[in-house]
This record gives sequence, C-alpha cells and structure tokens, in this order.
Amino acid sequence: MAPADSALAPVGQPVPRLVEQFEHGLDAPICLTWELTYACNLACVHCLSSSGKRDPRELTTQQCKDIIDELERMQVFYVNIGGGEPTVRPDFWELVDYATANHVGVKFSTNGVRITREVATRLAATDYVDVQISVDGATAEVNDAVRGPGSFAMAIRALENLADAGFSDAKISVVVTRHNIDQLDEFAALAARYGATLRITRLRPSGRGADVWDELHPTAEQQGQLYDWLVAKGERVLTGDSFFHLSGLGEPGALAGLNLCGAGRVVCLIDPVGDVYACPFAIHDRFLAGNILSDGGFDDVWKNAPLFRELREPQSAGACSSCGHYDSCRGGCMAAKFFTGLPLDGPDPECVQGYGTPALAQERVKPRPSGDHSRGTKQGPIPLTLMTSPPSPDVATKAARVRLCNESPV
Amino acid sequence: MRPEPFGALLYHFGTRKLSFLKNRTIVEVVNSLCDHPDARSACRAAGIDDAQHAPYLHALSVLAQSNMLVKGGDDGPC
Repeated sequence: MAPADSALAPVGQPVPRLVEQFEHGLDAPICLTWELTYACNLACVHCLSSSGKRDPRELTTQQCKDIIDELERMQVFYVNIGGGEPTVRPDFWELVDYATANHVGVKFSTNGVRITREVATRLAATDYVDVQISVDGATAEVNDAVRGPGSFAMAIRALENLADAGFSDAKISVVVTRHNIDQLDEFAALAARYGATLRITRLRPSGRGADVWDELHPTAEQQGQLYDWLVAKGERVLTGDSFFHLSGLGEPGALAGLNLCGAGRVVCLIDPVGDVYACPFAIHDRFLAGNILSDGGFDDVWKNAPLFRELREPQSAGACSSCGHYDSCRGGCMAAKFFTGLPLDGPDPECVQGYGTPALAQERVKPRPSGDHSRGTKQGPIPLTLMTSPPSPDVATKAARVRLCNESPV
Repeated sequence: MRPEPFGALLYHFGTRKLSFLKNRTIVEVVNSLCDHPDARSACRAAGIDDAQHAPYLHALSVLAQSNMLVKGGDDGPC
C-alpha cells in the first residue's frame, strides 16, 4: 500500500488499512467477471468454467442489457467478460457497445477466434475496450498441449491483426503451469513483439482444472522461481493479484497489488445464466450467492446474499493462526483449497511454507463439480449461431491505459 | 467517483486507473473544489486546520498528476 495510506488519516483518528476495509466488502465490486456463455470453440484442459456447450438457459440480450443498466447504476467501472468464448455469442459486440455507451468499461478475454482484421480495425477505433488474448505457452507445442491443436496459431493471428490495425496494448494472458514457467521471459518478449502487455495468473483447480491440477501446477521450486521473476521483472506485468499466496516468500509489499482474497468482497462472478458466485474460480454451489433473475437483481445479491455477508465477516485463520506469514498470505486462495479438498481455514495447497504438501497427502475428498458444460458429456451438442457483425466504431480515440485492477492509492 | 464506506473510489475511463480516497474528508474536499478558488480554501471549508493541510494537498496533487483532477474553467468540469 502507498505511503499516503496513513498520511490521509485525520490526526488522532487511526484509520484501518485499506485492505482491512476491503475485507468488509464494498458497496459494489471493483472488478466483476461476467462469463457470457459456456459455449467455446476450444476445450482447454484447465478451463475454470468447464466450458464447451452453450447452456440453453443463458441470458438473453435484453436480460444482459438490464444487468448492464444495473451495473451502471451501481457505478461498477468495468467488467471482465469471459466465457466460454464470449465472442461466439451473436450479440457479443452489441453488448460491448451497450456497456461502453452506458459507462461500463469492458475488458474481454478471448482465444482470438473472432479477432479478424475487420474486427481488429473496429476495436482499434473504440475506446473503453481492452482485449485479452489467452496463450498458455510461448510456443505452439507447449500452448497447444493445454489449449488444443491450432490454438497457438489462432491467438498469434489475433495478436497480429490487432497490432496491424493499430490497436495498442492488447493483453496476453497466461495461466502459469509447470510446463510454461520456464518461458516467462519468452512470454514477455512475445508481448513486446505485438506492443502488448503480459498478464500472468495462477492455475486454479477449478472446473476441468481440478482434473489436471496435480500434473500442471508449478512445483514448490518453481513457485520460488516465479516469485523471484515477479520481483525482478514483474513491474510491467499484470497479475490480477493472482499470486498473493506467494507473498510469504519475501518482504511484505514486494509483490504488487492488494494481496487479498477479494471473493465476495471486491470481486465476484456472474455466470451465463445469471448465477452470482463469489469469484471466477469458485463456480460451485458452495460459493453460489444467488441468481440475478430470481433473487431481485445484482445489487440485492451483492449487498445481501448470506454467502457474501459471511465472506465479509472476519475469517478464521484456523490451522494457519500460528504461522508468522499469515499476515502476508491470509491463508491463500479459498477456491484452491476447496477444489483440492482442503479445509478453508487451513493452508493453501501451494503454501510457500510447505504446509500444503502434508495437507494434500492426507485423506481428502475433492468436491464433485456442480456443473459441466464440456462437449462430449451429458446431452448432445447445442447448435450455435456465430456472430457476423463487428463492433461499431462509435468512440473516437484509443486512450492510454494503465493497470486495470491494480491500485494507485492516494 | 463512487462513494464507499471508507471514502470513495475514483476511476479514470481513459487511463483505466483506479484511485482511492481514504477518508470522507478528502471526498468532501474533492467534491467542493469547484466552489473554491484554490485547494487550501476547499480544505478550510471542509474544516481542516491549516496545520493539517499537507497530506490533503499532497493527495490532490497526486490526483492531478494522474489526470484524475483536471483544471476547471470554460472547458473544465466546474
């Protein structure tokens, strides 16, 4: 946190640290992730939302617009749109335009399938839209093993199209795994080549990620390697506050960001059918706060859902209470613990002090997923209508952009 | 600017930058800037003693540096 943190406290009236205030929750989320569809042209092995097939109950265009209106009223500054592959929704660009016209900024994640030259040109002419291309290897070999054959070439083509169109500062979004962790410098070089910014996030055992986490999550040694890389070279790298479980490896504040689990406090997830979950990594009934359609709208769910109220209460450190590093890592990631079958008030499975390893070695029951939209399971495929119209070039300039979810406190 | 229990959140749609106002007094100062000829007057009007102005003036200068606050006048917000 910035030095001005205390400087702004009126004399004689100690003000709690901002992080502590955030733990009590905000009137509206800072970052809100909105998975627009479970439909996806890819079938990444670690997909957080087990995407593949569209859910027949997915929100209609009008229902999405109503949610955007509500987000505007709540002054949610921007949404991170994902999926599935959000751009395969026929009304995707219409919704992007509607959100930005209504003062809700958009950052969307895509595998690049719809980022043609034409779309890239339109995007370059708009403001308030950020594009994040997912790449999980700096080479086709490493990437395609996780994301599927041809997916690296598709992502690179999208990056090329954006760069050629003059779209500045796209994001390259990487989930760090055991197999790509040695490529961090190559990812940075890849981003530089396309005038993009690198964003790296933590592999979570959520969705289909639960099936591959044991083989893909970085080893303890690699966690140290990642931490050192972030401290040495991470200044211009976005992390979405993803690696706060590593903060015990060094001095407090060495890693940028709030280093706080924001689930239900400053972040949440809206899924394609309007269900609201505590965070994008926690799509499970245990972390379902309510439904926008049936529970009185998003504002009501955010403010009053019993789950969110519970998450905003002081959390027990449990087995971690005697650990000297608890103040830095706060016990790590709730979703990572839950989906590996560990108690929520104990160490993170990737605890840097090594307490996760014996916990994982004990008998544990991994929770069954609440939903699976993977293709080739359950019901047959649902036909998709792919969009054809690109976004309208309604706003004049593409402005400078800085870190999105990182803070710059006053 | 979005009011929050601790103060307010500020977001700049151009720079994508998020800032925090960490108490309600600074929120009041920022909100009343248009009604005053200068920042010190706004601080005084918010009931801040002259001796306590420094952190508030510093915060305002940080906001101005990041274009979160821009000059008033014919084209400005006031």
